[in-house]
Amino acid sequence: MALENTQIQDKLSETFGESVMHFRQEGDMFTFDVAADKITSVILFLKNDETLNFHFLTDLCGIHYPDSDVNEQFAVVYHLHNWIENKRIRIKSFLSGENPEIKTISNIFLSANWMERETYDFYGINFAGHPQLKRILNMDEMVSFPMRKEFPMEDSGRTDKDDRFFGRTPSNC
Amino acid sequence: MSELLLTPEHRYAKVINERRNEDGSELSILNLGPTHPATHGIFQNILLMDGERILDAEPTIGYIHRAFEKIAENRPFYQITPLTDRMNYCSSPINNMAWWMTVEKLLNIEVPKRAQYLRVIVMELARIADHIICNSILGVDTGAYTGFLYVFQFREKIYEIYEEICGARLTTNMGRIGGFEREWSEEAFRKLNVFLEEFPPVWKEFENLFERNRIFIDRTVNVGPITAEKAMQYGFTGPNLRAAGIDYDVRVAQPYSSYEDFDFIVPVGKSGDTYDRFCVRNAEVWESLSIIRQALEKLPEGPYHADVPDYYLPPKEDVYNNMESLIYHFKIVMGEVPVPVAEIYHPVEGGNGELGFYLITDGSRTPYRLHFRRPCFIYYQAYPEMIKGALLSDAIVILSSLNVIAGELDA
Repeated sequence: MALENTQIQDKLSETFGESVMHFRQEGDMFTFDVAADKITSVILFLKNDETLNFHFLTDLCGIHYPDSDVNEQFAVVYHLHNWIENKRIRIKSFLSGENPEIKTISNIFLSANWMERETYDFYGINFAGHPQLKRILNMDEMVSFPMRKEFPMEDSGRTDKDDRFFGRTPSNC
Repeated sequence: MSELLLTPEHRYAKVINERRNEDGSELSILNLGPTHPATHGIFQNILLMDGERILDAEPTIGYIHRAFEKIAENRPFYQITPLTDRMNYCSSPINNMAWWMTVEKLLNIEVPKRAQYLRVIVMELARIADHIICNSILGVDTGAYTGFLYVFQFREKIYEIYEEICGARLTTNMGRIGGFEREWSEEAFRKLNVFLEEFPPVWKEFENLFERNRIFIDRTVNVGPITAEKAMQYGFTGPNLRAAGIDYDVRVAQPYSSYEDFDFIVPVGKSGDTYDRFCVRNAEVWESLSIIRQALEKLPEGPYHADVPDYYLPPKEDVYNNMESLIYHFKIVMGEVPVPVAEIYHPVEGGNGELGFYLITDGSRTPYRLHFRRPCFIYYQAYPEMIKGALLSDAIVILSSLNVIAGELDA
């Protein structure tokens, strides 16, 4: 029997109540939000529960939403996969823009170690309890977090390019 | 202890100070890489060694980090393929096609069967090229140069086929949203058929050289083994995971581009050691060849791209002579095409495992966020654990057999 979305939703709501919310189908993937302080227990539950059995962490990454409410300016996205039922889910956890911090899941999935370091490197999201939270792709001396939207990609002093003529707006460049 | 290499507060410094052998000798540090000819790419590992034996390793990555995710946030969709080329540059067409399929999934574009089959052919060719490199270089690292020389000319032949298809060889930038930029030439099919005829006997010979070779077996069996559980924990996918005995393959689990039309088996190993990884890749090459043959046989007639004028650049002669084409050309180049607001994740089976594109759009012409799920990046973190207790020469062989591609590792 295939693993149904409603089954996942019921189990999670039953166990975690209000901490798991906004169940929705986004494209072809079942998605929901989890309160940041509950993320480790939710993921551990999803991994260890016999019927859910989301035993594989496909991907972990960050997103920056500078225009959102201050409590939801960062998101950490987890993609989990149950190979036996061939079911994927996406979990989002929103974090505050001022001091983004979430608990590490590198003790649940070893593969999260570097993915969390990458997220820290690019977004400055602090993973509490991570064994070695330092920059991974950028150099250690770097002070900024380059994937944040306010970080400019090009030198802002350039005068040879007028973005108005290239369909660009401040939001997409 | 060399203070030039490590700061006194480094974790190795403590171990070295505490552990002195009775004869007064001490543990040593070896800086392997970043530019060492045996590592085939820019990998640095600071090894803590007891004689020839590795006690601990600390990898440093990011030497060729090019901030593709940031650049992608500033590029329209059709300008992102050149970035994907440069990730796994041993099998760039897979990356290209994966990107187009992601965009097509976003825009709900139905690709004609012929284009899907052609994509399958080129992706399997790329997989063969990838495995040729990995396995023959593994041979070189164990001291057998001959096999490498036998098969490497066929990578060249594959690149010639790419050249016929898209004009480029290594960083192919192949295809368009909805299919290919042009019909495959007759020459491309001719070269493909010649390849399908000439390559299998050579690959068979290559296998014969290695698979029962005493020296090769001694160098690879039980070298860098990883259990299935550990491999899953570390996020292994692709041939490295299958070598550990798990038959997870995205082509089967979540077929894309009509993979469900073809018969193939997913080869699996048992012990997850270097020899199994080698054998799984060898077997996959045979499966890829069979998929290409089936696709060529069943190749349907029809258009080579989807009819989506909003996204597919019109042919140049039409742009010059036809008002409508000129308008579409202008709209596409200037980024005035409609893009839905959505979040999608599209996985494909890359040369090294599940290659995924996580794309978030906000309706503007560029992605709001594009994250690459790069298999190499995820499984390379198991490397320190895999080489613990191994000899230095084994560390090179293990790295080779994992097929870590620096471009994909660092993105």
